[in-house]
Amino acid sequence: MSLLDVTNLCKSFGGVRAVNDVNFSLEKGEMLALIGPNGAGKTTCFNMLNGQLKADRGSVSFQGQELLGMNPRDIWRLGIGRTFQITATFASMTVRENVQMALISHHRKVFSLWNRATNSYAQEANSLLQQVGMEHQADRACGVLAYGDLKRLELAIALAHGPQLLLMDEPTAGMAPQERITLMELVASIAKSSNVSVLFTEHDMDVVFAHSDRLMVLNRGEIIATGTADEIRSNEVVKEVYLGGGSTFDTGEKEKTSA
Amino acid sequence: MGFYLAQFLTGLASASSLFLVASGLSIIFGVTRIVNFAHGSFFMLGAYLAYTFVNILPHGVLGFWGAIIVASLLVGVIGVFLEITLFRRIYKAPELFQLVATFGVVLVIQDLALWIWGAEDLFGPRAPGLGGAVRILGEPIPQYDLLLIVLGPAVLLAVWLLFNKTRWGTLVRAATQDREMVSALGVNQSWLFTSVFFVGSTLAGLGGAIQLPREAANLLMDLNVIGEAFVVVVIGGMGSVPGAFLASVLIGELNAFGILIFPEITLVLAFLVMAVVLVVRPWGLLGKPDAVLRGADGPPEQPLKPFTATSKYLVWALAAALLATPAIADEFVLVLLSDILIFTLFAVSLHFIMGPGGLVSFGHAAYFGLGAYGAALAVKYLGVDMISGLVVAPIAAGLGALVFGWFCVRLSGVYLAMLTLAAAQITWSVAFQWQDVTGGDDGILGIWPAEWASEKMAYYYLTLALVGASVYVIRRIVYAPFGYALRAGRDSQLRVEAIGINLKSQQWMAFVITGIFAGIAGGLYVYSKGSIFPDELHIARSVDGLIMVLLGGIQSLIGPIVGAVSFTMLEDLVTRLDYWRIIFGGVILFIVVIAPEGLAGFARKILPESLTGKKNEGVQI
Repeated sequence: MSLLDVTNLCKSFGGVRAVNDVNFSLEKGEMLALIGPNGAGKTTCFNMLNGQLKADRGSVSFQGQELLGMNPRDIWRLGIGRTFQITATFASMTVRENVQMALISHHRKVFSLWNRATNSYAQEANSLLQQVGMEHQADRACGVLAYGDLKRLELAIALAHGPQLLLMDEPTAGMAPQERITLMELVASIAKSSNVSVLFTEHDMDVVFAHSDRLMVLNRGEIIATGTADEIRSNEVVKEVYLGGGSTFDTGEKEKTSA
Repeated sequence: MGFYLAQFLTGLASASSLFLVASGLSIIFGVTRIVNFAHGSFFMLGAYLAYTFVNILPHGVLGFWGAIIVASLLVGVIGVFLEITLFRRIYKAPELFQLVATFGVVLVIQDLALWIWGAEDLFGPRAPGLGGAVRILGEPIPQYDLLLIVLGPAVLLAVWLLFNKTRWGTLVRAATQDREMVSALGVNQSWLFTSVFFVGSTLAGLGGAIQLPREAANLLMDLNVIGEAFVVVVIGGMGSVPGAFLASVLIGELNAFGILIFPEITLVLAFLVMAVVLVVRPWGLLGKPDAVLRGADGPPEQPLKPFTATSKYLVWALAAALLATPAIADEFVLVLLSDILIFTLFAVSLHFIMGPGGLVSFGHAAYFGLGAYGAALAVKYLGVDMISGLVVAPIAAGLGALVFGWFCVRLSGVYLAMLTLAAAQITWSVAFQWQDVTGGDDGILGIWPAEWASEKMAYYYLTLALVGASVYVIRRIVYAPFGYALRAGRDSQLRVEAIGINLKSQQWMAFVITGIFAGIAGGLYVYSKGSIFPDELHIARSVDGLIMVLLGGIQSLIGPIVGAVSFTMLEDLVTRLDYWRIIFGGVILFIVVIAPEGLAGFARKILPESLTGKKNEGVQI
């Protein structure tokens, strides 16, 4: 049994089959990228995995536990962390308090009415921030952070409850090219060192080819190819989907050589 | 049979005038997103101005209808004036500011009307040629009612044509969906908003003017009509004119037949229906989920800071001063101080749900009143002593909050605010109409403190101890994981659900906590006054709380304390004057426009770091 097994996942909006009979599985410690053109159904697929959206049919099983029908917070409790395409953090708290919040929830202390929240799990929060290189900004207000730092903070929050699986929806969206690579290197190293599996969607092909063990290509709601970076790069159908001739991939390669 | 038909037609007639007010309110809200309390004042002005013009213009059909039209248009012009001078400045302010600002306008207009037209009710003439009645199935139906029944749908049609068949209407509908995009397309938003205000307030003025033959113009019209208009707009769906029509008919008929079936609870009926509709359809009958609204919030709130050493000294100094006051002050000062303390707790409890909780409550008086009535009823029927009374108060308010909160946390934003208002109106109506138990308008008298606390000084110390302890506990809760989780949910609902926090139960519990502390304030209040009346549950009391929180500044924990102190003292000073409302309203408007971060926020900007603990890390927006 894999860590995550997705079988026959389907979702329609009106007459449009946004996700049509998707099957895949994810092994422990694996980094799996879900790519595809805009409107392919990546986000829809993601939102069904994390409980944001109800699926029409199919099954998503995490260590034998069915996820479909559960709400996001219960899925999180099973050991699945999330980051969002547009970061979702607590602007009126400091960086450390953001992480402490996740820790407080993990230890089921959200109804505690007396102790100071800032004193709760501060050490654990610090070491998580250290992991993502944010320890120097721990006392800054989250509302004043640069976007790249927000993304790293969000990663620290997602790692707070020691998840076995990270779901990252476009982790590098909205970041500068150099930042993207740094962030994904960070994710990959954390995934390796703590044996966390990562499922992520991404548009930046550099990031995808450099940091995924395996890729899936989604088009019009269906998976049209699965394989390693090299297999996908040479896949004719995939080239066709990405506007004939795989221009997207080539550009990426050119940038790399010229840089 | 004829009787029921007559009742049905009466219901339709009142639905029409309700629709005129509500549609204007709905149109203004749809575009500007301002929940306009002053809309009721436009209605009242319509009635008064119609009275004036009917007397000036030559009598007869032309004079009468001319007066009504001139009055409505003049109200429209007044609306435009207010939009340009005031509302335009607060479109980007948080909802609460807008609400309180519009309430400031209500106060100012009330006093202006008192000054111009006097306190007497003014009876208008019957409509010329429509003074009689028609017999339908043997029942007399006033001709004027028949006219109103036709007028409602006619106005609906006119508004529909205006919005769907003109270029202006297209722009307004576009602005309702996404006003930023509309301005990006080169439309002059300012004039669009101004014109919408003109249409909306003209409709309110017309609603008031045509009411003249049925109801004398009086100074209570504004707040009486605004409650029902809110209900109609919310049931219909905010921003939806057909929805407002549907809801007006629903409420009109409900009132007409409700009075036959449940005469004791007519006042509650409308609010009960609203609560049910909102729970089933959170956006009203024909409403849509909230439109896109960007950049409406101010800079993000700063992280919470513990007291600095200097502030701690100040707190202890203040405590010492409060303890020492009875040695030098007379009884009058002690009573005023007790009042201030009680309202401080009221404001701090309201701030807890609004600030860290991010849930705007329009009906906080409900919990204050439940506490007060809980204690008073326990004394009246069970003869309990003061300590038990003060224990019953928070329990009663907490139970009320448990019930109301369960409904409220299902909604968000303006709809949530409206449901809290409904909850407060329901409690008020029960206290007002259930005469056998609550004494109705006569209230409950003779709730005096125990022997040992009957001296003003002893009661002052009791109040000081309970309020001090309560404020301290609330502060602890804000700084505790529970308070942080609540703030977290306010900052990002998406994120809290993704870290395993059940936001709804968090907010539900916050309602209960805020209810309990407001209940303590209510209990202290009833023993300090010796009596309780339904007024303490009325909208005005809830708005007092909102003003206190706003006055002090919502983003600061000291804010509600500063607000309650300055509000209560100001009220004590100005209510002795004849035209205190205009002063009070003026102060509110001044603060909203000049110091929108409130007194405490304003002070935070100018005070040294040793007091505020702030770092110089400005937020650039």
